[in-house]
Amino acid sequence: MGVAVEVSGLTKSFGSQNIWSDVTLTLPPGEISVLLGPSGTGKSVFLKSLVGLLKPERGSIVINDTDIVRTSEHRLYEVRKLFGVLFQDGALFGSMNLFDNIAFPLREHTRKSESEIRSIVLEKMDMVGLQGAEGKLPGEISGGMRKRAGLARALVLDPEIILFDEPDSGLDPVRVAYLNQLIVDLNAQIDATFLIVTHDIGTARTVPDNLGLLFRRNLVMFGPREQLLTSQEPVVRQFLNGRREGPIGMSEEKDVAQVEAEMAALEARGGDRHNGVGPKGASGGDAVPPQLEPTPGLPERKAARRRQERVARMLHEFDPQTAEAIRASLPEDLLAQVDAGAYTPTRGSGGRHWAPELDAMPAGSTATAVLPRSGGEV
Amino acid sequence: MTATERPKAPGLLDGKFSPTRPLAASGNLFAFALDVLRALPRRPFQIREFIQQTWFVASVTILPTALVAIPFGAVIALQLGSLTRQLGAQSFTGSASVLAVLREASPIVTALLIAGAGGSAICADLGARKIRDEIDAMEVLGISPIQRLVVPRVLASMLVAVLLNGLVSVVGVAGGYFFNVILQGGTPGAYLASFSALAQVADFWSGEIKALIFGLIAAVVASYKGLRAGGGPKGVGDAVNQAVVITFLLLFAVNFVITAIYFQLVPPKGQ
Repeated sequence: MGVAVEVSGLTKSFGSQNIWSDVTLTLPPGEISVLLGPSGTGKSVFLKSLVGLLKPERGSIVINDTDIVRTSEHRLYEVRKLFGVLFQDGALFGSMNLFDNIAFPLREHTRKSESEIRSIVLEKMDMVGLQGAEGKLPGEISGGMRKRAGLARALVLDPEIILFDEPDSGLDPVRVAYLNQLIVDLNAQIDATFLIVTHDIGTARTVPDNLGLLFRRNLVMFGPREQLLTSQEPVVRQFLNGRREGPIGMSEEKDVAQVEAEMAALEARGGDRHNGVGPKGASGGDAVPPQLEPTPGLPERKAARRRQERVARMLHEFDPQTAEAIRASLPEDLLAQVDAGAYTPTRGSGGRHWAPELDAMPAGSTATAVLPRSGGEV
Repeated sequence: MTATERPKAPGLLDGKFSPTRPLAASGNLFAFALDVLRALPRRPFQIREFIQQTWFVASVTILPTALVAIPFGAVIALQLGSLTRQLGAQSFTGSASVLAVLREASPIVTALLIAGAGGSAICADLGARKIRDEIDAMEVLGISPIQRLVVPRVLASMLVAVLLNGLVSVVGVAGGYFFNVILQGGTPGAYLASFSALAQVADFWSGEIKALIFGLIAAVVASYKGLRAGGGPKGVGDAVNQAVVITFLLLFAVNFVITAIYFQLVPPKGQ
């Protein structure tokens, strides 16, 4: 089972320019989370902070009891072995062929024999559908193949946490669909914690267990997918529907009067439901489409049941629409427990994204994300 | 977000002309050099990378070094030839020429070529890897780029510098002989006989030590600049440019210091 990543109060600036502040979220172990956000809101910076490539000024990132913001360089290299990262263009070593690229972490970190390495590398290449391309150089293959090779290299040390930086960028929709299926299948097979940073709404609607949105130097919302997909928060709705009407402007911000006028015009046309199809898989309304299932024949995702129990415990915290959508996804036995009041309401209200085991919760702490409802604030 | 945490608008100068900036830059470079030193003894030693890099640095520097060494030796021979004739000390031409080549010309030629050809190639290579995220990927895979990439390059550059210094000494002295004897009508016997009149073995060793240090500085500066390249392909170009300029400045300053120390430590011959 993957490990949890607990981020709290994280703040990052470059010089006098603040990128985001006070980001608090927890990636639940073994689940797939997607982080959305307009271009330039620091999603990639967030990924790089998670693996310790950038040092945030404040806050903490706790993985396996190690705060990687403050730990020593030596310990950081140890913690990083838990991570697999898929960089935007694969970040393959240009001077090595695919086989050597994927074998690289094994040769550096393990004392495995060359034949063992060969069998592991070929297995991972098979997993991502790259059989027969071992001898190719990164410069000789397509962007999609580079991404998959980068993924194979990220998988080779059996990571507990896998980060994807825009896996869909530069790929056609069919390849994105295949890659998404691959991500879900991988999660079923290795049960690691996944975080995907993307702009692709289709991916965000169908792949993850949890969704988050960064905007205006803040984490607007992070929670179970149903919470964001049914959310009435203007920023979230605008982003998930891929429309111009709303608080997100071309160059970041708009004034309130203009936003109100746009929203009124949108409502007059019939709202999101009649707004047609937006770019990047954005579609009208706030429907909750079914989640991608692993390919038949693979084991079930172990995270699926864990997640159902987790959201069942926090069901009372959501507004009725979200609760309805979550109830529709829960199996009968959990619903019966919820209705029987087996889960006592926990403290904190609104936006709880991560409910630990009831008895495991330390007194006085609250794992609640503070959600700035920043609709009217400029 | 409270009002006090609001991001400040970028100021007019925004730290660009801060008086402490050069200090911070020097400090970073020095800290980087210390990191490299600390990573030097760490296992496993990257023997493959070291051999590849040695071959690479040697292959980009040998030919230009030899080609630069010949006219350099010739210029020294020409200058000394006329100077010694004016002073009436023709018998010391060979000796002075050897001294000039061994002590100064050959470490400096080596330094220029190691910085200009080897250092720029190292910086461009690492910079290109940096902007393609390869360096980040390597760190995320739990491998220190300093240990895996920089240490072998620094050692390779030091080794090649020492060997090149030997090559330049030989080519420089041979070039000086050729120009003095063949072109200026000097006496071959006198030229060869006076070889050891002023020069001593310590001169050769001082040249080699200089070359060793120059190789170290060139590779450390090139790696430092390469690993901090940013802002796309233009950033790599800027990094290479800065690396070469900084290396030259450092080399000439260090050369002065080493020469001054050498004269304190090793008494000139015949005193």
